[in-house]
Amino acid sequence: MTTSISRYNTAPLPMRVRVLRSFATPGGAIYLLLAALLIALILYNPGLAAPDQLMRFIGRTAPVAIVAAGQYFVIVSGELDLSMAAVIAAQVVLAGNLIGQNAARILPVVLLMIGLGAAVGLVNGVITTLLKVPSFIATLGTSLAISGLTFYATGGAPSGNPVNSFRAIGRDGFENVPILGFLPYSVVVLMALVVLAAWLMRKPFGRTLIAAGDNPVATSLSGASVWWLRTRAFILSSLASTVAAVLLVGYAGVSPVVGDGYDFAAITAVVLGGVALSGGRGWLMSAVAAAFALEVLFSLLSFVGVASTWRPAVQGAIILVALGAPLIRWRRRAFSASPGIPVASPAPSPGEEVSA
Amino acid sequence: MKLVFALQARGISKSFFGYPALSNVDLDIRRGEVHGLVGENGAGKSTLMKILAGVYAKDSGFVRLNGEEVDFSHPVQAYKAGISTVFQEFNLIAERTVAENIFLGREPRVHGFVSRREMTRRTEALFDTLGVDSINPAVRVRQLSVAQQQIVEIAKALSYEPRIISMDEPTSALADHEVELLYGIISRLTARGVSILYVSHRMREIFDLCDRITVLKDGQLVATHDAAELTEQELVRLMVGRSLSALFPPVAPGTTVGEVALELEHAGNGLVDDVSLVLRRGEIVGMAGLQGSGRTEVLEGISGAAPFTRGFLRLNGERALIRRPKQAIRKGIAHITEDRKATGLTLNQSVMDNALAVIRSTQPSKAGKARHRANQLFLELELAARGPDQEIKFLSGGNQQKVVLAKWLLAEPRIILLDEPTRGIDVGARHALYSVIRSLAAAGHAILMVSSELPEVIGMADRILVMKDGRLAAELPLGSSEEAILQAASGVSASEVAA
Repeated sequence: MTTSISRYNTAPLPMRVRVLRSFATPGGAIYLLLAALLIALILYNPGLAAPDQLMRFIGRTAPVAIVAAGQYFVIVSGELDLSMAAVIAAQVVLAGNLIGQNAARILPVVLLMIGLGAAVGLVNGVITTLLKVPSFIATLGTSLAISGLTFYATGGAPSGNPVNSFRAIGRDGFENVPILGFLPYSVVVLMALVVLAAWLMRKPFGRTLIAAGDNPVATSLSGASVWWLRTRAFILSSLASTVAAVLLVGYAGVSPVVGDGYDFAAITAVVLGGVALSGGRGWLMSAVAAAFALEVLFSLLSFVGVASTWRPAVQGAIILVALGAPLIRWRRRAFSASPGIPVASPAPSPGEEVSA
Repeated sequence: MKLVFALQARGISKSFFGYPALSNVDLDIRRGEVHGLVGENGAGKSTLMKILAGVYAKDSGFVRLNGEEVDFSHPVQAYKAGISTVFQEFNLIAERTVAENIFLGREPRVHGFVSRREMTRRTEALFDTLGVDSINPAVRVRQLSVAQQQIVEIAKALSYEPRIISMDEPTSALADHEVELLYGIISRLTARGVSILYVSHRMREIFDLCDRITVLKDGQLVATHDAAELTEQELVRLMVGRSLSALFPPVAPGTTVGEVALELEHAGNGLVDDVSLVLRRGEIVGMAGLQGSGRTEVLEGISGAAPFTRGFLRLNGERALIRRPKQAIRKGIAHITEDRKATGLTLNQSVMDNALAVIRSTQPSKAGKARHRANQLFLELELAARGPDQEIKFLSGGNQQKVVLAKWLLAEPRIILLDEPTRGIDVGARHALYSVIRSLAAAGHAILMVSSELPEVIGMADRILVMKDGRLAAELPLGSSEEAILQAASGVSASEVAA
């Protein structure tokens, strides 16, 4: 029973075939969902079809998308970062108070924020990888510690008002751009970061990071330092929160609660983008696209008249459905494979029993 | 009229996802006989067994039990009809007692209540039949040895009053003296007219126990013979479809054993101790030993997976300190691990991503160029896969192993450590892998190959190291016999083992 499997073909599949096939996976289907939601939103609110309005919308969504990209690195490596909201809040408060009305301080304070972001990521990473504390507990701990400090420093009330030239990063943009009309700085930042992140994921670092999320033992035996890979993912995640904080100062203002909900939104986006919560599977761009799909969905819901207080419930439902749906399909397949009652051992996979 | 055959199966076929696992197989089991079912991995033995046990439904063919046609769609139907099965993995509940496990779900009742006394009495009766008196029915299964658990499984099978008991590799977890106990149990069962369908890889057991032997290959029936008509060699030839010497390719032309590539001097850690050995370029060194004798641990010590803490390791004559896999890889050591799925592959990633794993981790700047070289290697190794983008989990074991091999060869190692390189791989792919190993030796690699399959060690190695209890017990020359290896590995002489 020699079942002939076609000989190895060195050329990768053509781009067209790969793109078409990807639409059948959660990571590809998210683009279709995004397109459908966007069309629905524009039908409700035709004004959004104007390029400058669309750009403003993307600009508002940029922080969530950036945070989702950061969370992607952590999740795909097999961990979870629950400290993003706390980092955002801490950085916003820091910027508000240290920069104040002195524009000359912008650069040094931004550098300090980046350093601090990297340090939080390093701590998260080391606690998780070297001290072997499960990441959701480790990052929950740092999250509580950071927001505790933030509340202590601010007394819980909005405080500090950075100079307008700093707030402009999140709120203004290039005027009179051809075709687009208006191009928010935040969109430029988002584009740059997404390109950078996509580039990282194609580099040996990114490929090995996914491999570590898939099988840390095999990856370590192949010569990788799994702890350092994952720690770098946590650093990237905290840096993403830091950038999101800089943008959020612009239009959300300075408040210790400004980051609330961002970590959960990021996780929802990553999961909705078809990235396996257990790591080792999924595309960065799908996570970013899913972040947009979520924002479009919530705009749509508010147009339809659903109160924004429903947002957490909707997000929760999305996470559960996104995680549960593939499982249901898998189970059905497993059952149909063996017509008898599935006992201890399931039907062998074709590769096992039959070889080429 | 007394029927000769307890079971007659005709034209049994079964496919999984369109891949035939069994096609048109016949099997006759006589009353009271021990019937051996042999074949290489993937030959279809387990599938046939599971069809008879009602685990899988057959696609076509029929089964007659004592002359009556039966068709099972559930294991319980098979039990009730008189076919009990002892699977390789035990289905016992560790926290329940022996008696509770045997009568799980059909506990004897008195006035509607479960009667512990009756359950114990019946369990003791079962053990009596088997000639076993060392197991207390009231003890929890957790406290039993593997061999005792095996006996509980057999007692459970017997409690259904079967006409046929099929056993899948029943000795795979047993020590030699425990195998004797199993032999005794089997002869008591056959004396009562119970037939045994015995699946095993171990030639000696097959010939010791079986009256007749059915050979499967690639899902098809090769032949059924009286055991007395066959020699071991003939049986292997039937299973493999070619003789043993043809399975192992000859030393590749141009192979020369050169200078010392690796040397261990009194190396040890908590797992192995006082290991001294030498590997030369162009040489294939086999390493044999029982499960748990420290074979894998020696490889892990060299490759930094579980580094040595004592002794010296020299590479090309120079002292080297290896603490992590990365250091070993950069010094030219490749370690192909025993459990492909658990420690060798990232199953959700593509063929190409898996092949580049080592080079990306240790020499990231060369990863781009390695892609081209990987494709070349895949063609040379005759990899059967759709292409570089295919997820590796969809490949067969042999093809997965080729990708693992390519992953390590891309790092251009000088020393290659192979741990059970052909485990779970069918004969055809096995032959191809052996040829690759031969040509690697010809290219000047030093190769250390751990294997549980003695024919493999004997057929491939230039000399054979034998591990026992975490130490090197012997070094045997080319052409050593299985008996000599077993003797060194177990510390018992071959005649004692057979006795």
